Amino acid sequence: MAVAGSAVGLGNFLRFPGLAAQYGGGAFMLAYAISFLIIGLPIGWAEWAMGRYAGSRGYNSCPGAFAAILNKRWAKYIGIIGVIVPVVIYMYYVFIESWCLGYAVKFWTGGIHLTSTEETVAMFKVMSGQIADGSALTPSWNAALPWLMIVFVFNFWLIYRGLSGGIEKMCNYGMPLLIVLALVVLARVMTLGAPDPAKPHDNVVNGLGYMWNPSKVQIERTQPVAAGENKVVEELVGAAAIANAEQKVAASGGTLKLVTITPWQQLKNPLLWMAAAAQIFFSLSVGFGVIIVYASYLQKKDDVVLSGLTAGSANEFCEVALGGLITVPAAVAFLGLASVAGQGTFGLGFTVLPLVFAKMPFGAFFGGAFFFMLFLAAITSSISMLQPGIAFLEEAMNVGRKVSVTILSLLTTLGTGFVVYFTHELKALDTLDFWVGTFLIFILATIQIIVFGWHWGIERGLKEAHQGASIRIPAIFGFIMKWICPLFLLVIFGLTVLTSVFGFDLSTFTFGSASSYVVDLIGGTKDGKPVATNQAAQLSMVLVIIVALFFGLLSARSKAYQRAEQGLPKHDA
Amino acid sequence: MTTSGLIVMLLSVGTVTVLFGWCIWKVLTTPQETDKVHGVEFHTPDMDKDS
Repeated sequence: MAVAGSAVGLGNFLRFPGLAAQYGGGAFMLAYAISFLIIGLPIGWAEWAMGRYAGSRGYNSCPGAFAAILNKRWAKYIGIIGVIVPVVIYMYYVFIESWCLGYAVKFWTGGIHLTSTEETVAMFKVMSGQIADGSALTPSWNAALPWLMIVFVFNFWLIYRGLSGGIEKMCNYGMPLLIVLALVVLARVMTLGAPDPAKPHDNVVNGLGYMWNPSKVQIERTQPVAAGENKVVEELVGAAAIANAEQKVAASGGTLKLVTITPWQQLKNPLLWMAAAAQIFFSLSVGFGVIIVYASYLQKKDDVVLSGLTAGSANEFCEVALGGLITVPAAVAFLGLASVAGQGTFGLGFTVLPLVFAKMPFGAFFGGAFFFMLFLAAITSSISMLQPGIAFLEEAMNVGRKVSVTILSLLTTLGTGFVVYFTHELKALDTLDFWVGTFLIFILATIQIIVFGWHWGIERGLKEAHQGASIRIPAIFGFIMKWICPLFLLVIFGLTVLTSVFGFDLSTFTFGSASSYVVDLIGGTKDGKPVATNQAAQLSMVLVIIVALFFGLLSARSKAYQRAEQGLPKHDA
Repeated sequence: MTTSGLIVMLLSVGTVTVLFGWCIWKVLTTPQETDKVHGVEFHTPDMDKDS
């Protein structure tokens, strides 16, 4: 129960549906399923095994683990990625956590009376501060600030003292309750039909189609598009919508055309693969630096193979069978196809789910309970994100837990303050989520599987993993870990850099516009027009660099890591 | 929703549900396995050293 509970977090119910919607549903699901099998599970097992080995040598941080395994001076600097990732993600994760608490309390105290999509969007914009930079810091119960302060203090109180029995039990029993509540919500979503009789196409069945249909149908312009215009006029799901579209195209005089995009065409987008892989990493906490730290506290008798599989399968169940069936179909039913992809990665759940509860009997109770359980799920995840930073500071600075927690609380207060200030269009949050929550995780996961498969070798790696295990990793995974997984990650990474940074178009083999994440940082063009840089995005990257330099300096001075580089255990026997 | 969409959905949801169910069954039916399977533990050994 505890393993399953610790695997569930905001990624399942909020991030996953947002990404699936952003990348068009069906094809994303294919990439996601493949990613789970060939990178999520194998890298998870590798991380469990490497973490436990490092722990047996006395090292509990990611830089310590890399130094203990590779015995090279530079290894600790690679390992600090495993500290940067959870610490920086914590800086924005705790912000989202505060929205959950705010929504839960507002539901229970009767502060939410939603009747339309516009109202729920407006409420979310006020809570998240999207109206203007600094607006989330307004001292109002409608904004995030008071909830954030409660959440932030609560997190550090828990990590400082350890979870008391009562709170630990609440978290452990809260997770199965979250699953039960999610099943109740799922039943309501599946019976929503078309909430607005005036828009019969906006219904749950079309929502499921948007989420799961492998092929996409859309109306496109045949003429070259002008600046500010999109080539895609409308996405379509359902026979009735397609029949209407055929008439519209026939009446357009050749300016519009109906296009079917096969899954294979969609899967040519490397960003889709990177997003799918990163979502697997994000929700399984693989490539995060988290598993390696917690595994380092385990003994040889513990079963890391079944631990990894149980955590992974619990997470996938919540994500695919619950998160995937609830949020996107409800979003299509309430917002329509056109609006679903534009709600931001984390925003979709906050704009759609309150409307679902508004249409349920005892909606205020269920809404409050659901967001509160989500808050509990997020608490366990955010605490797990702090432990890698704490373990690192303890090891690198040779200090106790209290000092380490104090330093980390100062650092994360500054970082969260930054994210909570730059909330216009959630630019800081989205920038950090892409460059750290996607890009850096991808890099760390790639390094981990290369270290496991090539430095250790599959034979030794699997032997380490199998100690204490009641099940064996199927032999095919040896081949996957050695060849398929690293090759897959390197190809996706290379293609993403080529398309996102250099703007290379894989379908026409020409150079065009770079991704918006890159344009925000260095400027560029869109539809032939120059686009300026974004200051919040640039400052977000400065924040990441400062954190990296701080951790790098501490690593360079660490005596513990010098011992690890020499192949020595942290303490003499 | 197309037939292929329905198949993808049923396969995906069915696979993760069966896998999760099997893991729970395996943990609960293997002797002492509940003591050997771990996730994110709330209490880490460094808490005891510094108290």
